[in-house]
Amino acid sequence: MVRNPEANRDQFRPTDHPNDAFLLTTVVGSYPKPKWLNRADELVDDPDSKFDAADLEEAHDDACRLITHEHERAGLDTVVDGEMRRSEMVEFFADRIDGYEFNGPVKVWGHNYFDKPSVVEEVEYDEPWLVDEFEFTSNAAERPVKVPITGPYTLGFWAFNEAYPSTEELVYDLADLVNEEVEKLVEAGARYIQIDEPALATTPEDHAIVGEALERIVSGIDEDVRIGLHVCYGDYSRIYPEINDYPIDEFDVELCNGDFEQIPTFTDPEFEPDLALGVVDAHTAEVEPVEEIKANIRQGLRVVPPEKLTISPDCGLKLLPREVAYGKTENMVTAVREVEAAIDSGAIDLDDPLADD
Amino acid sequence: MTERVAATPGLYPLPDRAKETLSDLKGHQKGDLLSGDESEAIVVEYDEVRAEYVDDQLDAGLDLISEGQGRWDDVIAHPLTVSDAVETGGIVRYYDNNNFYRDPRVVDDLDFSGDVAGELAKAADLLADADEADDASLAATLPGPYSLADLATDERYGDAAEFQAAIAEFLAGEVEAFPEHETLFLLEPSLVTNPPAEGDESTATDAISTVADATDADVVVQTFYGALGEKLYAHLVDEAGADALGLDLVAGDRDDTVYNVQEFGSTDSLSLGLVDGQNTLVEEPETIAERVEWFESQIPLEGFDRTYLTPNTELFYLPTNKYREKLNALAAAAEVLD
Repeated sequence: MVRNPEANRDQFRPTDHPNDAFLLTTVVGSYPKPKWLNRADELVDDPDSKFDAADLEEAHDDACRLITHEHERAGLDTVVDGEMRRSEMVEFFADRIDGYEFNGPVKVWGHNYFDKPSVVEEVEYDEPWLVDEFEFTSNAAERPVKVPITGPYTLGFWAFNEAYPSTEELVYDLADLVNEEVEKLVEAGARYIQIDEPALATTPEDHAIVGEALERIVSGIDEDVRIGLHVCYGDYSRIYPEINDYPIDEFDVELCNGDFEQIPTFTDPEFEPDLALGVVDAHTAEVEPVEEIKANIRQGLRVVPPEKLTISPDCGLKLLPREVAYGKTENMVTAVREVEAAIDSGAIDLDDPLADD
Repeated sequence: MTERVAATPGLYPLPDRAKETLSDLKGHQKGDLLSGDESEAIVVEYDEVRAEYVDDQLDAGLDLISEGQGRWDDVIAHPLTVSDAVETGGIVRYYDNNNFYRDPRVVDDLDFSGDVAGELAKAADLLADADEADDASLAATLPGPYSLADLATDERYGDAAEFQAAIAEFLAGEVEAFPEHETLFLLEPSLVTNPPAEGDESTATDAISTVADATDADVVVQTFYGALGEKLYAHLVDEAGADALGLDLVAGDRDDTVYNVQEFGSTDSLSLGLVDGQNTLVEEPETIAERVEWFESQIPLEGFDRTYLTPNTELFYLPTNKYREKLNALAAAAEVLD
């Protein structure tokens, strides 16, 4: 069953928050890397270059500070470093988990490839995956830091399984490792964890496997830690209302991309976790105007009351031009604060949130 | 005595070097994918890829040599996406995989293109020039008409049966232009994943036999992603004009496949999907050989002609080192059985 989002939400409310209503603003995680960082990532592999691993680490540190501050400048209540140190979302973790090996890129479509790893023996936890990243970002940030982690279902099903009788068993072992990592992050001070499961969008019939994996991930994690789940664009009716049974505080969805057509799916039966609603499209390079985003935010109020509504972009923004990603984030926060004010003044009718003022 | 032949249905992964060169030459976007009128630089690169594929197969010791289909950006939808009668739509999922292809929207009467015949002729030349190719012969690959119709969008014919028949005629026309080939693999995964409705089986088998009749070569109708339904299986054995039906012994329920063969008999030859085209775990040749012997022992038919030892699917899902190891394993398994 759903955790207790009420028990952990208030810690993210800034002390100088301007409105009574509080819609928590956040991002899904990834953000465009500055061009010089991509060059630096390539340079370190060039044998003719003096640029070495220590230089690259410095570049990563600089980029993390830069993007964390960019998120703060946009006014977000909770921030991420934009995943500046991470490569692809499976590759990064497979590289850190014992039991995976890499054989080379495989085709996704056209000339787009992915370094799909193979699980060749039982997966094991070695060094922490994200604790250093979290501590660095946390020290650089004024605002609370959210930690996105690729979920065990995606880590299992987007790999070749050579070692386990079934990929489901692999997923549960991976979930135990994620649990270990979450414990270490919490020890280091993390209070906001997001599990990313894009693979569930393509195989919604496996929702029970994801549910069991989540039970393992949150085992022993106190209720003052907020656990979110992000599932990208798909047919949410295939996993709703089942997600009401997931042990999470927040469910993050990509609905802007589909013009919120799926909102009614979540209204019956009642939505139990907090809703983290995507209100800007991660796949269009136009910055949505504030008024349009405000209308999108109101869609979320059809599902949950303001105290259960979190606002984010649809998905990670890393494929967008950086100035577009920033523009979307900044307009999103502006729109949220204006909607909060309208809720305070009664201009938005919470029983009929789409109605004109 | 049953002859054992090591072969593949083709569609190999691009060598890593070519992955980079071709993405630099062509780009990453939807509009950059192959349309059949590629520049000379791209043609040259694919020629090198093809030569590498032929070498890979000869080195492994396969009996049948595939062109490798490196140019097939849209996977088995390729013969349509290079056709003048087709406009490519959005990127759509390729069966139940994390792979995508451009939706081929058939907007005009399908007409001869010769695209596949062209690349096959180049493979035939390579094979003729190869030193160690004495025992090896050419295998052609095409999508089966049922699957190709299933993967495409019909905006011209308006009737499902008519569309399948038109695609079959189109494919038959392509086959007639092929250089000499010993075997033709027709890939028909949709027969498993999205089988024809009850009563419509003959539309599918008619379409397949239209293509099969266009060649004197042995025709293998390769099904994959699981076991065939029993009624459809029976129709395919009797009506598709196939010399061999290809059966997936890796994915899905193997017992269902054995049941089909025992209950409804089989084509005079069979193609067995024995190594996993979608997993990097490389099977031991002895294990593959055992699977062949076990399966052959289940077949009631006397005078069984030929068993093709194949991967259950195309091999493009794999990293290149593992694709080569799979070829080696298949060829070695055929040797174990000899």
